[in-house]
Amino acid sequence: MIKSGVSAKPASTRFAENRLRSRTAAKAATSEAWYMRVTSIALIPLSIGFVWLILSLSGKDYAAARLELGRPVPAILMLLFLLAGIIHMKIGMQSIIEDYVHATHWKEGALMSNLFFSILIGVACVYAVLKLSFA
Amino acid sequence: MAGVDLYQSGAGQHRPLSPHLQIYRPLLTMMMSIAHRITGAALYFGTLLLVWYLIAAASGPSSFATAAWFLRSILGQLILLGFTWALFHHLLGGIRHMIWDAGYGFAHPVREWLAQATFIGGLFLTIIVWGAAYLIL
Repeated sequence: MIKSGVSAKPASTRFAENRLRSRTAAKAATSEAWYMRVTSIALIPLSIGFVWLILSLSGKDYAAARLELGRPVPAILMLLFLLAGIIHMKIGMQSIIEDYVHATHWKEGALMSNLFFSILIGVACVYAVLKLSFA
Repeated sequence: MAGVDLYQSGAGQHRPLSPHLQIYRPLLTMMMSIAHRITGAALYFGTLLLVWYLIAAASGPSSFATAAWFLRSILGQLILLGFTWALFHHLLGGIRHMIWDAGYGFAHPVREWLAQATFIGGLFLTIIVWGAAYLIL
């Protein structure tokens, strides 16, 4: 069976194709779509676990909350929830910005702010969880 | 092409768009679609509350007391209630999108049923969780 695709073409067109592919408009959309689906699936159990954790934390005082968040299962659950959630929310907000913000500089600024906000929230929350676990 | 502002918003020239909101009757599926986006954005900004709580817990008793005070206040409880509903609504909406990704649920009665189930399910789960929270405490 003849395999269609890049390997079937002669060398003379293969390299030109590879050069062209990096210059098309479809850059990150495929990988982002995939990450959205993977994080969505991961977030189904992780969100349920997160809600369970928040329920167990509600009403707890300072010492009890710190103790709970520092234990392995809640801490790992929170870290995984943050990992999947931050990636998910970054790509999601990016879609919103790409749909509605078009003016020059506003679009780039908004996309950058989204990236920075997501990373900031992620790093801050991970820091807090790690501090509660190890300090 | 780099310097061209295609929407020419500075010059005041706006190219016409085909009408959308002005002409479509609001259907449940349409409303659920934009609600999915709005709940997603609400959750995005809601993470600020989570980071406040976690950093406060990791910092010291006084910062934790401030965060806990706010979360227990009426405004805080309202925000948490809204956040819970947004979470469940977006979660069920996400499952609905996954059903679509698998290729099911596009035909006429099913898509309406899915939209209704998502909406009612979101409310139901919110009430269950908040009922449980108030029963525990």
